[in-house]
Amino acid sequence: MNALTTMMALPLIGSLLIAIIPSEQVLRIKQAAFITTLLVAISGVLTWIKFDSANTALQFVESAKWIPSFGINYAVGVDGLAIVLILMSVLLAPIVVLAGWNESEGGRWSPKVFYILILVLETMMIGVFAATDLFLFYVFFEAMLIPVYFLIGGFGSGERAAAAVKFLLYSLFGGLLMLASIIGLYVISGANGGHTFDITRLSELHTYMSSTTQNLLFLGFFIAFAIKAPVWPLHTWLPDAAAAATPGTSVLLLGVLDKVGTFGMIRFCLALFPDASKTFTPLILVLSVISIIYGAFLAIGARDIKRLIAYTSISHFGFITMGIFAMTSQGMSGATLYMFNHGFSTAALFLVAGWMISRRGSSTIADFGGLQRVTPIMAWSFFIAGMSSLALPGLSSFVSEFLVLVGTYTRYPVAAVIATFGIVLAALYILIPVQKALHGPTTPGNENLSDLNLREKIAIAPVVAIIVALGFYPSPLLNVINPASAHVLEVQGFTDPVPSESAGK
Amino acid sequence: MTFEAPVLNYSILAPILIVLGGALVGVLIEAFAPRASRRSSQLFVTVASLVIALAALLRVRNQVSVSAAMGSVSFDGAGFLLQASILIIAILSVFLIADQENFTALAAAVPGSEEERHSLQADLRVTEVYPLTLFAVAGMLLFPISSDLITLFVALEMLSLPLYLMAGLSRRRRLMSQESALKYFLLGAFSSAFFLFGIAYLYGYSASITFSGIQASIVGGSGNDVFLLLGIAFISVGLLFKVGAVPFHAWTPDVYQGAPTAVTGFMAAATKVAAFGAILRIYYVTFANAQWQWKPALVLIAIITMVFGSVVAISQRDVKRMLAYSSIAHAGFLLSGVIALNKSGLEASIFYLFAYGIATLGAFAVVTLIRDSGGEVTDLNRWSGLGKRSPLTASVFALFLLAFAGIPLTSGFIGKFSIFSAAYESGNTSLLIAGVLSSAIAAFFYIRVIVLMFFKDSVEDGTSVVIPSALTTTTIAITSAVTLVLGIYPAPLINFIATFATFVR
Repeated sequence: MNALTTMMALPLIGSLLIAIIPSEQVLRIKQAAFITTLLVAISGVLTWIKFDSANTALQFVESAKWIPSFGINYAVGVDGLAIVLILMSVLLAPIVVLAGWNESEGGRWSPKVFYILILVLETMMIGVFAATDLFLFYVFFEAMLIPVYFLIGGFGSGERAAAAVKFLLYSLFGGLLMLASIIGLYVISGANGGHTFDITRLSELHTYMSSTTQNLLFLGFFIAFAIKAPVWPLHTWLPDAAAAATPGTSVLLLGVLDKVGTFGMIRFCLALFPDASKTFTPLILVLSVISIIYGAFLAIGARDIKRLIAYTSISHFGFITMGIFAMTSQGMSGATLYMFNHGFSTAALFLVAGWMISRRGSSTIADFGGLQRVTPIMAWSFFIAGMSSLALPGLSSFVSEFLVLVGTYTRYPVAAVIATFGIVLAALYILIPVQKALHGPTTPGNENLSDLNLREKIAIAPVVAIIVALGFYPSPLLNVINPASAHVLEVQGFTDPVPSESAGK
Repeated sequence: MTFEAPVLNYSILAPILIVLGGALVGVLIEAFAPRASRRSSQLFVTVASLVIALAALLRVRNQVSVSAAMGSVSFDGAGFLLQASILIIAILSVFLIADQENFTALAAAVPGSEEERHSLQADLRVTEVYPLTLFAVAGMLLFPISSDLITLFVALEMLSLPLYLMAGLSRRRRLMSQESALKYFLLGAFSSAFFLFGIAYLYGYSASITFSGIQASIVGGSGNDVFLLLGIAFISVGLLFKVGAVPFHAWTPDVYQGAPTAVTGFMAAATKVAAFGAILRIYYVTFANAQWQWKPALVLIAIITMVFGSVVAISQRDVKRMLAYSSIAHAGFLLSGVIALNKSGLEASIFYLFAYGIATLGAFAVVTLIRDSGGEVTDLNRWSGLGKRSPLTASVFALFLLAFAGIPLTSGFIGKFSIFSAAYESGNTSLLIAGVLSSAIAAFFYIRVIVLMFFKDSVEDGTSVVIPSALTTTTIAITSAVTLVLGIYPAPLINFIATFATFVR
């Protein structure tokens, strides 16, 4: 059986198993969920090892007819970008399950429902990155909203129902615009060699389109992805959703689901509509820079710790979109590496923040103080995660942020220079809460907080390890990403500008 | 003048004749059988005649004939598909109708009268609803295969008159039910008058009442175009009234709300198939060559219908009214399949009709289960917390709502995709955009109901989910399974439709 299909089937089988375990046996359910996600992670790592980074063609390809009369196939396959994101998703899943061991219990429904939703979501997360048929991609893209919707609305806190609805409606709106574009592509493909959704064949279609058509179809895709990513001004659903969801759900939402937006920009916007991408690049760069700065300012002003993390993500996604639309190989590699790193640093922040919140019973930053003394391990974990988020050299995000800025500077120096202020602001939005919550006098109510227990330590350790290891030695990932991102640009004829002074990477 | 004995192709007419025969037997049972045994014998006769009719229909599926009844009936692949859909929906509807809780004890009793109280005490049940259903089904079967205007008119009246009566049979809120029946009747009679007027004009234009004769005149182009335009316009009014397109929709919400829910489900699903079947035939076969005359108007009506239905549905507080407006919106979507006027448009319309009919029937079947001591509860506010009380019922209803909203992995998505792509293929970009945007609006109120069921706390006001009878369970199980299967693996049905869907000219 195909490696990707196996990875997608495993969580589904796991969810079926959980479905037959009686809902009273909560521990058994959690164990089953953890073991399933662990197995998926192992098979993900094995696939990663087998992946041939020198080969720029799609690998682990499988294709079967699904709806032949519309030219729709179940077709999966990965290039260097997709495999990195799949690896990130499958590694995060067991960590989320382990870290949020008890977060399923305060929900509207039994933990059983929680874990079934998580596992179904995992299948769709893998599928959305692995799909090489546009229709299949869209099915996953839309269908994955449903489990997330129920995860936020059913197990979140605070204004969870409203946040879930906001999330769903924003995403559905974007998805429907994309559907219009997909129908457009489908009809154009039918007029030029037969109906198809194969992305390789679709990427040749742009030569048959007028520039107006291409621009309109591009916008349908881009708006959907910009909502997902999220890019300013379509971001307003994210802070609400992230604040209402459980920490584990937030990790999957910001760490994985939002990456579908930026991944989609590379896979579909750039590859299918190269001319339109060039047309809209100035606009998108402006939006990205605004996202970077605006997200940072929102983060500085945030009082709620979960909202803070959501705002920092808006800033980070600005960097990623900027790197993608700079259309240089460094920018593209940097953006992809950024997606991977952001997944882990956000996971660390959210998980530790989740533990802090559940111990203190409050998510307001001002309620914490002096955690460094009371709960040193928790404080250190938060600190490292924060440092990674502000891209401290030596931690993973630094490499990717640097690559993005270099890649952007070679073509769009002004955007890169303004974006650099985002780094300065990042120091503020991370250091202020770190100082308030971790250092200083222990505020009343925090004296008796307990430090991380063994399960939590085991959950956070691999995240911190990856953050540190990739900071010093990013080449295992870059070796896979670089050829793939060069290939993406090459196929549609984007070239790197010739460096004028110091040569880049 | 010599009288020619009519030559009838009995094998093709068999399904209609069998259903009519069943109806007549039903009338006899009503007249002569003892009251106690009526219900079971009526149910048996009804289901048996529908099943036998379906079998008889399957036998002639490959026949094509324009002279099945002296040129008044054209049987072809599309006719077969439409008739089969109507029969399947009818069988499932009868299962719902058999759950007699919904129906008044004695239809002839004046509401609030002594007689009504007696009949309630005696626990009487109306059983005349069975033959009425069969008469309506016979009309529906004839409607989409009629090939002259007189037969079309007879079929229209044959399906409408029993429905007018059935709409007034509700057990609770009988005055409202009777009011809705009267409204339906008056507006229906009004639209029938328009329809007849249209026939007269078309006869004046072409000196023919057969579809082929009128088409020949249009191709010849010798007649008076004013007559043609008026004829098409008035006939369209009559047909669009039946499908509830704006501005001929005014009866829909009242009748959907007032009629017994089982009847509403039958009406919403089966009438739509029959009426759209007739519309498809007359536009594809007869009016196709005059498309420049009617297309702009029909595009406008389709767009207004989609948008109006979606927007007004948002403010509805009653689940049956909401489904009524949703059915208006869907009528707009279906009209884009008519306007497409190509083979994929025909296939998409038939698929959409079947998928939508099944999902609608399922949704109304679920509505019959939510009751309090006074009967069905259709006030949406009292549905809150349904997911807690009865997760299965709420999940099934959510499935139907997601199908209406066109979320992937439900039949609604495949339907929406195929019908919009057919419309776009024929060059109607405006329909695609309007369709996508109104789907986004429509998503809002479908999601709202899901929020209500799953994320709101239940109110303790005696609203409960009754245990469905075996027949109702069958209907719900089949409709939900079909909705899901057609979303995941629709290829067999799509291929099946593609092999049959042609109109004989």
